[in-house]
Amino acid sequence: MNNIISLIFITVGILFNLLGCIGIIRLPDTYTRLQAATKCVTLGCCSILVGVLFWFGFSDAGVKALIAIPILFLASTVGAHSLIRGMYHFGIKMGDKSVRDDYKEVST
Amino acid sequence: MSKYLDILLYVQIGLSLICLYRIIRGPSIPDRMVGVDIFGILVVGICAIIAVQTGKSFILDIGIAWIILSFIGTLTLAKYLTGKKLNE
Repeated sequence: MNNIISLIFITVGILFNLLGCIGIIRLPDTYTRLQAATKCVTLGCCSILVGVLFWFGFSDAGVKALIAIPILFLASTVGAHSLIRGMYHFGIKMGDKSVRDDYKEVST
Repeated sequence: MSKYLDILLYVQIGLSLICLYRIIRGPSIPDRMVGVDIFGILVVGICAIIAVQTGKSFILDIGIAWIILSFIGTLTLAKYLTGKKLNE
């Protein structure tokens, strides 16, 4: 029973990863690409780790997966935030269809 | 059931190859850095599925170390993009 729940979690995570990778290929702009990819891929990999936790139970491997989840959340979100701030200062333009730029008033 | 895990592992490896496409093709430097960042997260998923397949727990340690090294690399590249020196 635990194995079936674990396989369901891993499959859902891989579907989220698939959505994120389609976003990397298809979206027109660097900012939107980073936004779609970071959200979907972080949620997908956390779901895969929850599946690993269900597979092993609270043995050593399960506790390692449980520790890896908050590290993955904090590292990927903070890294993406600083990366997007660096991109703005580097001078990457937004896409043609974007309508407003709120960060310009804050940063100057 | 192990056959199904094989299929999931191959799909995950294919998704990381899509990120390599963005790294090779990307028109500017930040596009390539986005690809490297996402590739580092996808490798953790590959490590987790291999740990389920083989039943050994030390492969998850490789995943945790990969997250932390990828985080430090992303922060360093972001600081390079803002134009500051590394000791400021």
